[in-house]
Amino acid sequence: MGEIKTKSGLFNEEAIEQIASEKERWERESLAKEIARHPERKEKFLSLSDLEIKRVYTPEDIKDFDYMRDLGFPGEYPFTRGVHTTMYRGRIWTIRQFAGFGTPEQTNKRYKYLLSIGQTGLSMAFDFPTLYGRDSDDPMSRGEVGKCGVAVDTLKDFEIIFDGIPMDKISTSMTINPPAIVLLAMYIACAEKQGVPQEKLMGTVQNDMLKEFIAQKTWIYPPEPSLRLVRDIVVYCTHHVPKWNTISISGYHIREAGATAVQELAFTLADGIEYVRMGINAGLDVDQFAPRYSFFFDSHMDFFEEIAKFRAARRMWAKIMREWFGAKNPRSWWMRFHTQTAGCSLTAQQPLNNIVRTTIEALAAVLGGTQSLHTNSMDETWALPTEEAVTVATRTQQIIAYESGVTNTIDPLAGSYFVEALTNQIEEKAWEYINKIEEMGGMLEAIKKGYPQREITESAFRFQQAVERKEKIIVGVNEFVMGEEHDLPIEILKIDPEVERVQIERLNEVRRKRNNAKVKSLLDDLRDACKDEKTNVMPIIIDLVREYASIGEICNAMKDVFGEYKDPAFF
Amino acid sequence: MSERKVKIMIAKPGLDGHDRGAKVVARALRDAGFEVIYTGLHQSIDQIVQAALEEDVDAIGISILSGAHMYVFPTLMQKLKEAGLDDIVVFGGGIIPLDDIPKLKEVGVKEIFLPGTPLEEIVEWVRNNVKPRPVKL
Repeated sequence: MGEIKTKSGLFNEEAIEQIASEKERWERESLAKEIARHPERKEKFLSLSDLEIKRVYTPEDIKDFDYMRDLGFPGEYPFTRGVHTTMYRGRIWTIRQFAGFGTPEQTNKRYKYLLSIGQTGLSMAFDFPTLYGRDSDDPMSRGEVGKCGVAVDTLKDFEIIFDGIPMDKISTSMTINPPAIVLLAMYIACAEKQGVPQEKLMGTVQNDMLKEFIAQKTWIYPPEPSLRLVRDIVVYCTHHVPKWNTISISGYHIREAGATAVQELAFTLADGIEYVRMGINAGLDVDQFAPRYSFFFDSHMDFFEEIAKFRAARRMWAKIMREWFGAKNPRSWWMRFHTQTAGCSLTAQQPLNNIVRTTIEALAAVLGGTQSLHTNSMDETWALPTEEAVTVATRTQQIIAYESGVTNTIDPLAGSYFVEALTNQIEEKAWEYINKIEEMGGMLEAIKKGYPQREITESAFRFQQAVERKEKIIVGVNEFVMGEEHDLPIEILKIDPEVERVQIERLNEVRRKRNNAKVKSLLDDLRDACKDEKTNVMPIIIDLVREYASIGEICNAMKDVFGEYKDPAFF
Repeated sequence: MSERKVKIMIAKPGLDGHDRGAKVVARALRDAGFEVIYTGLHQSIDQIVQAALEEDVDAIGISILSGAHMYVFPTLMQKLKEAGLDDIVVFGGGIIPLDDIPKLKEVGVKEIFLPGTPLEEIVEWVRNNVKPRPVKL
């Protein structure tokens, strides 16, 4: 499909010329005098990501603006104004707080609490051993069990976590990557026990290994076998779990590792392109699997930059899917995304200020058209949130949704000279990165060369230097600093070290009671299946978790075949 | 004879993958003229002790954001002692609640830097607190 033919250009040449000449006059007559008397605060005004921001924007900055080509209507190509036709007038975004800690029992209780205060979807946080596919009794798990999230070893733990939570009604997002296939298998097997068939399950596995190598650094296997497991999930779910979002293509961790807004956008889309190619190479039709890819972005402190990023992201993905890949189903053109406010923008100092930061970031996500949202709690630079802190964070979303009025109309910032110009600028810069990565042979090749990793490390260092030089102000950190007594959070959540012992005990009990001969023979089958690149390992893994094989046993069996990835460790 | 360069190892113990801070600090120390080694992610405590021995470092900076600090630091201090390396200065940074800091100092951790610490402060502290260890014959 070629360029859309439109007659919806908004400005004629004459109008632009007059505005340009009036602007020149204004600069000469009014501005020059004002600046002579009161110089501006800074020579240059930069966005958080170092884009230069002009003093004032006029139609001249978007002189080629074409309404139908650049924006269109909500729910229609190119989706700049949102993927849904009525957006928040129809339904508020999903309030989805990332949660999980300690034992499965504690997490089950927290989930029920979150649902009771009006949360509308679950988002599972796993502890580090689980994230790396290790059992609670693995030597590398010492000290980490239940700390950053809930500990999961076997299906038994899932049964406890979801006790009393109806898996056919609630959608669940799981932040899990290298062992995603094991946790998804547990989810399916657990639902089966509740009498819910896999066809009915709704939710998401993050399952985005490319961004692990780029930014989040949770890996087990080298890139190729890692992507093979991503593929096996995509293919299996396309056929058997049709309502499941198979990959959550994530910019969040890329941004948190130090990337700029443009880098976050560009690297995420480049990852998405790689995953679309992967699905096609697996023999699927693009319209079969692309509608189940979703995205996950960070919402950082620069309000307009973030809004522009979200709008540009939707427009770019629509173009990529329709024009590059020839997808025909409009759902394949949709970029649906989850947003989390920026963890890295929170400060340990004066933690109550974090409520305000999170509010601004959440508002940007909403004005940017997010489908679901996690708001960070004020105490998260100290520990996992307390119940009180997570309640305030949840209420923040509800206040935006039901009090602020921003949900009454769709994409209210459209047509702002500044927002449209910034949207275009971010899009243009992101294409430059994407083209460069394409020239390298796609994201997998770029990662092997260390390209995105180095770009992010550079940006992170530049940002820190700007903070040290006070070119960027962080309230309470490099300006408006108060004494230490103001830096203390009210209360901090501590994980009982007993969790580790309790969890290991339960794992041992499961191992004693299960059919160990069956587990052993299935693990052998899994090793064989791993050796044949064409085999989908998902069905065997579902059988294994049904027999209460542990995550560590399953991941180690695959490690026997796939090997391990080592950190290139540059800085 | 001029003193040899102070050698610092920045280490990421355990499974914690947050390496933004470790890399930024490693680079700032290198830019300040120290010799810096970065272990990369996912190091066991034994690996860290072994690397400290082989590289003959003067200080170890531990970055930890996973909540496992009350296990990692005491175990590391114990194992350094057993290896006869208890003159290596150990410092750290990350997500560490304030009331854990005195307990960590009690087991011999020299300093803990919290989020928001200026790089210059860390560099200054290293300059003042880490000296080249005497060569053992």
